[in-house]
Amino acid sequence: MAVLELVEPTGHAIQRASDLAGAAAALGRVDRLVPVDPELHPLLPEGGLRRGSTVAVAPGASSLVLALLAGASAAGAWSAVVGMPGLGILAASQAGVALERLALVPEPGPEWATVVAALLDGVDLVVAVPPGPVPARVASRLAARARQRGSVLLPVGRWEGAALTLTAGPGVWEGLGAGHGRLRCRELTITAQGRGAAGRPRRLRVRLPDPTGRLAAVLPPAPALAAPVPGRGRPALAVIDGESVTEEVRAA
Amino acid sequence: MTRPVRTLLAWCPDWPVIAAQIEVGVPAREPVAVLHGNRVVACSPAARAEGVRRGLRRREAQSRCPQLVAVGHDPGRDARAFEPVVAAIEQVVAGVEVVRPGCCAMAVRGAARYFGGEQPAAERIVEQVAQECGVEAQAGIADGVFAAGLAARAGRVVPPGQTPGFLAGVEVGVLDRPELTDRLRRLGIRTLGEFAALPAGDVLTRFGFDAALAHRLAGSTDDRPLTVRRPPAELTATEEFDEPIDRVDVAAFAARSLARRLHDTLAGHGLACTRLGIEAVTTHGQELHRTWRHDGLLTVSAITDRVRWQLEGWLTRSLAGGDPARPAGGGIRWLRLVPDGVLAQAGQQPGLWGEVGEGRSRAHRALARVQGLLGPASVLTAVLRGGRSPADQVRLVPWGEERAPAVTAGGPGIPAAPEPWPGQLPAPAPATVLTEPAPATVQDARGQPVTVSARLAVSAAPAWLRIADDLPARIAGWTGPWPVHERWWAPGEARRRARFQVRLADGRALLLVRSEGRWCVEAWYD
Repeated sequence: MAVLELVEPTGHAIQRASDLAGAAAALGRVDRLVPVDPELHPLLPEGGLRRGSTVAVAPGASSLVLALLAGASAAGAWSAVVGMPGLGILAASQAGVALERLALVPEPGPEWATVVAALLDGVDLVVAVPPGPVPARVASRLAARARQRGSVLLPVGRWEGAALTLTAGPGVWEGLGAGHGRLRCRELTITAQGRGAAGRPRRLRVRLPDPTGRLAAVLPPAPALAAPVPGRGRPALAVIDGESVTEEVRAA
Repeated sequence: MTRPVRTLLAWCPDWPVIAAQIEVGVPAREPVAVLHGNRVVACSPAARAEGVRRGLRRREAQSRCPQLVAVGHDPGRDARAFEPVVAAIEQVVAGVEVVRPGCCAMAVRGAARYFGGEQPAAERIVEQVAQECGVEAQAGIADGVFAAGLAARAGRVVPPGQTPGFLAGVEVGVLDRPELTDRLRRLGIRTLGEFAALPAGDVLTRFGFDAALAHRLAGSTDDRPLTVRRPPAELTATEEFDEPIDRVDVAAFAARSLARRLHDTLAGHGLACTRLGIEAVTTHGQELHRTWRHDGLLTVSAITDRVRWQLEGWLTRSLAGGDPARPAGGGIRWLRLVPDGVLAQAGQQPGLWGEVGEGRSRAHRALARVQGLLGPASVLTAVLRGGRSPADQVRLVPWGEERAPAVTAGGPGIPAAPEPWPGQLPAPAPATVLTEPAPATVQDARGQPVTVSARLAVSAAPAWLRIADDLPARIAGWTGPWPVHERWWAPGEARRRARFQVRLADGRALLLVRSEGRWCVEAWYD
């Protein structure tokens, strides 16, 4: 009796089996997702790339591919890129991809589908650029392989049966004028559209890349700086709040 | 305090010269000097007779001895050439410490009892080196390694307990600490005996820690035990086939058993190897050799794969008779796996909870299978290095090989400070780097081609960009030229380019390059 009295009031010493089941389920949920950069969470229905799913990325958005790889790579995932001989490795490194866990198969040749299937067996994220239109039979076979092995297939281009398709709209580059400046960062709208729960398109505006090459949130609109008066040279100095000053300085 | 160990030291005079004779074939009887940084490091007796000394400049050494043969200094060569000498000494005495190439020490007690005295032991070792390696050596015995080294130079056996007396008469210069000996001489201390007579505490406070060590050497109180060399374990796996192998599947089978043997030997010693040498001898007596690099996790299947790839390559070549100099049909008679770059396996353990190691081995298996499908060089991993263009800053190595960056200034394995690369592109880097730059034309607002002069003057503001045969795109922003003039000192490799960052009206951005009067798209910021 004394033992019970000691233990019961706290309520923490004994964990019921039902509590443990809940914790295990939560753990399983986390394990079922390949993590992505927190900035991309609003875009993905589950806040990550579900293992076994196929997420297509529209062509011409290499930075978006790198941003997806970077988030997963930071969490220790392995990734492979098939058929992208022009992938900017330096940009990948700046985006935060761990190069020692990134394998490249630039020239898969006619064995493309076999190579992708073999990679899906052991690599968490497989980015694949098909050499041409992919027959529905091959597409479904690869998707099934990913589902079975718990990897994520990221085909670049149109893909039948993708759970989600990510498109990057035209971006707005900052920092480049007529004959001066340099490319600093780009504001980009990413659209995610899928089937089922993800049927309604979601849009997200991010800075990709930011001045260091990573993915970042869009800066809040800068506080009204004194507009440069034409013909007067420099704008007058104005007091603005501290945090955005540092942001401005870093961006410069 | 323990007394210094009675030590025998075998010394090969002018070792860098002898090593050059052994490896390069320089005649050591002629006047020879080994030079490092334009200074003489070692010279042969003939050169010494002509007045060449250590520390002389090359020009001065050559003026004293015009027929002098100059050889570059190579510590690796010295060490390699000394290895057989150490092995020969180890045949007669156990526990040899290599002090430096050309000089090795051992405890004399066991050898003296075995050969019946210290003098006979020293004579036996000198004889052994002369017989086995054809190298002249001198031996000396004293208490402690330092005193034994001096005794070897004199070719003497200093009786037990008389080492301080032997050292007392020696000049302080032998301490090999020029700054300290210079100061001691100016204080009027000329011999080791006088130096040893100073109080140890005063030497430490006045001259510092290194001088205190030297003081102990001078007083023959050097009680450092010998760090004995352990003979390297035999790790090579060899197999001789009664029936020569000329079929790929038989070769793969043989490779598997050999790989397992090598792996077990390595694991038994707690080692891993980063390079695997595969050697084979064919029925025609031809020796084939190839080294595979690896980042240190050679499992049985990884070893098997590499041996199989290699044997397939050799067999298919020999069966096809691709090499006309060799008669076709040479089967493999003899196969040997040589682990190289051996290191302790401590770093290759799986993670604490197994996830890290498991994910890694799963990924490695999948990638090895792709390598089996497409060939070993088809799966790549990237290593960053210094460079100016986005493509130059990346080095691609086949998957599974060592991820060593280009050799850095600090030597292999030492991360160099990020060198400045003037002309490097500022971050962010382009996300697509074209493998083949795409030719383009750039026009100004009036439709005239834009040019860049030798003095980097742009003829007009670029307004239109046309890539290959696409429709012209309007340029909304541009900057440049950013000049890059690389390897101008090498006429064949010199490259002179001017880079422009360009933003198009449709939101795309790219890197344009002007070189040799042509425009090219080098990379896209997509």
